[in-house]
Amino acid sequence: MLRVSEVVKTFYPGTPNEVRSLRGVSFTMEPGSFTNVIGTNGSGKSTMLNAVAGVFLVDSGRVELAGDDITGWTEHQRARRIGRVFQNPFSGSAPTMTVAENLALAARRGMSRGLGWSLSTTLRGQIAERLRSLKMGLEDRLDNPIGNLSGGQRQAITLLMATWHKPDLLLLDEHTAALDPRSADQVIRLTHEIVAQDRLTTLMVTHSMQQAVHLGDRILMMHKGEFVADLSGSQKARLRPEDLLSRFDELRRRDQLTPAVGDMLEKLYV
Amino acid sequence: MLLLISALNFGLVFALLGLGVYISFRIFHFADITADGSFALGGAATTAMLISGWSPLLSTLGGFLAGMLAGSSTGILHTTFKIHGLLSGILVTTALYSINLRVLGRSNVSLTDSPTLSKSWAELSKICFGDQQRHNLFGWMVGAQDLANLLFLTILVVFLGIGLFAFLKTNLGAAMRAAGDNAQMIRALGASDKVLLIFGLALANGLIALSGSLLAQCQEFADVQMGIGMVVWGLASVIIGESLVGSSRFGVLIAGTVIGSILFRMMIAIALRCGLNPNDLKLITAVFVFLALVAPRWLKALKLKFNSDAVGEADHAQGL
Ligand SMILES: Nc1ncnc2c1ncn2[C@@H]1O[C@H](COP(=O)(O)OP(=O)(O)OP(=O)(O)O)[C@@H](O)[C@H]1O
Ligand SMILES: [Mg+2]
Repeated sequence: MLRVSEVVKTFYPGTPNEVRSLRGVSFTMEPGSFTNVIGTNGSGKSTMLNAVAGVFLVDSGRVELAGDDITGWTEHQRARRIGRVFQNPFSGSAPTMTVAENLALAARRGMSRGLGWSLSTTLRGQIAERLRSLKMGLEDRLDNPIGNLSGGQRQAITLLMATWHKPDLLLLDEHTAALDPRSADQVIRLTHEIVAQDRLTTLMVTHSMQQAVHLGDRILMMHKGEFVADLSGSQKARLRPEDLLSRFDELRRRDQLTPAVGDMLEKLYV
Repeated sequence: MLLLISALNFGLVFALLGLGVYISFRIFHFADITADGSFALGGAATTAMLISGWSPLLSTLGGFLAGMLAGSSTGILHTTFKIHGLLSGILVTTALYSINLRVLGRSNVSLTDSPTLSKSWAELSKICFGDQQRHNLFGWMVGAQDLANLLFLTILVVFLGIGLFAFLKTNLGAAMRAAGDNAQMIRALGASDKVLLIFGLALANGLIALSGSLLAQCQEFADVQMGIGMVVWGLASVIIGESLVGSSRFGVLIAGTVIGSILFRMMIAIALRCGLNPNDLKLITAVFVFLALVAPRWLKALKLKFNSDAVGEADHAQGL
C-alpha cells in the first residue's frame, strides 16, 4: 500500500524562479490497484512520481510504502521495492551492456551485489524465457548491446526489468510518450498483461486520455500541484475520453477567469 | 634488443596505469586526474615501506591500498561534497604532492640497497634458470634482471588483466559498468551509483598506484615527481588500444590497453633512440594523444568524403 500525505515540494524557494510543484498532495493506493494520473503540462505529475521514488526529498509531508515510512529514504533504497519505467526509453537501461546483462542487473534488485557471476547459465535461461513471453523476438538478441535496440524494444525490456521481482509499487511516467503509435500500443498491452498477471500496485502518468480511461481503476487529475479530481469505481467506468477533455477545458477557463475576477474585485473594493 | 626488452618491461608496468585510466575514463566516463598523484603515491608508499623493512610483497600491496585510498578520496569529494569531478582530482593530487613528500621524507629515495619485488623475482629465476649474467632468448643475449622482470611482469599483467575482466563480469563489476553507463538506471535498480563510483575510482587508482609501485621497484628509486603526466600516458595506452582493437567489448579493450601501453613505450624508446631530447617527452606525448584523439574523426570525415566523391564519380560516369 502507498500512502502519500500532505506532500509539499517547492523548487528554488525564495527566488524569482520559485515553482510550487506540489502544494500538499495526499492520496492512498490499495495493494493491487492501478491509478492513472493525468494533468496539464507542468501540473506536477512527474514531480509527484519523483517524490514517491525519492529522486529528491520533499519539503514536508510523508510517504509510506507497505507499512514503512520511506520519506527519508534515498532513491536507491526505495528502488529496492519500487520499479520504474521512465518517459525516455534511454533512461531505463545501460546502452553499452547487452540485453542479458541489463536484465541480470535487474534480477539482483534488492539483493547484495557481490563477486558472484552476474550472468549464470540458469539466469540466462530465465531471461530468455521471460523475453520470449513478450513475443517480440527479443530472446534472440540476448547478446546485443541494448543501445542497438529500438525505443519500443528498450521500453519493453525496461518494463520487464522494473517488474522482474514483483515490486511493492510500479511507477510509470508517460512511458509510451516517446514511442511511435504501434510501439506505444505494444508497450501498453505488455503493461496491462504484466500488471494484471502479478497484480502490481501501479501508478501511471499518462497524456493519453484513451489509456487513462481504458486502463486501471482510478484517475487522479492534477492541476498546479494539486489534485482536482479523483475518479474511481462506477464514475471511472462510465468515463469517456471526451469527458476528461472537457474537464481540462473547464480548468483552463477557470485559470483564465481567476486573475480577471481578481482585477474586477480590486476595482470594486479598493 | 636491450632497448626492446626494457621498453617491453616499461610497457608492462605502465599497462596497469592504462587499466586504471581505462576504468575511470572509459567505464565511468570520469575524467580522473588523481592518477598523477596516486601513481607517485604508489611508488612512495612502497618505497617507504621497503626502506623500513617490510617485505616486497606487503610493500607492493601497501602501495596498491594507498592508491585505493586516494581514489576513494576523489570519489567522496565528488559524490558526497558535490565538487566537480576534475576539481576533485586536482584537489587530491595537490594534497598528495605534500603527502608523498612526507611519505618519502625527501624528494627522491633510492632502493638500491633494499629488497624489492624485482630483486626477489630475479632471485627466483636464478633458482629456476641458473645463475647467469645473461640469458639466450631466441638468439639474443638478455640481462638476467631484465629477463626476470619481463617474465614476472608478463605473468602479473596477464593475471591482473584477466582478473579485471572477470571482475567486470561479476554482480559488482556489472553494476559498476552500469553506473558508468547510466547512473539513473542503476539507482532505479536499487544500487547506489555514488558508492559504485567511489569504489570504481578506488580500484582505478589502486591499479595506477600499483603501476607506480612496480616502476619504483624496477628502476630502484622513487621520486615525488614520478607521477607528473601519468594521466596522459595512461590515456595514450587506452586510446592506442581502442584504435587497435576497434571493438567496444570490454574484454577486448582490456587486452587492447595492455598492448597499447607496450606499443606506446616502444614508440617512445625508438624516438629516444633516434635522438629525441628526453625533456621533450611530455610535449611529444601530449601532441601524440591529441593526434590519437582527433585522427579517428579526421579519418572518418576523409572516408565519407572519399565515398561521396566515389559516388559522385559513379553518377558522373553513368551520366556520360
Ligand atoms: N528538478 C526540478 N527543478 C526545478 N523545477 C522543477 C524540477 N522538476 C520539476 N520542476 C518544475 O515543477 C513543475 C512541475 O513539473 P512536472 O515535471 O512535475 O510536470 P508534469 O506534470 O510532469 O508535466 P509534463 O506533462 O510536461 O511532464 C514545472 O513547473 C517544472 O518546471
Ligand atoms: Mg512529466
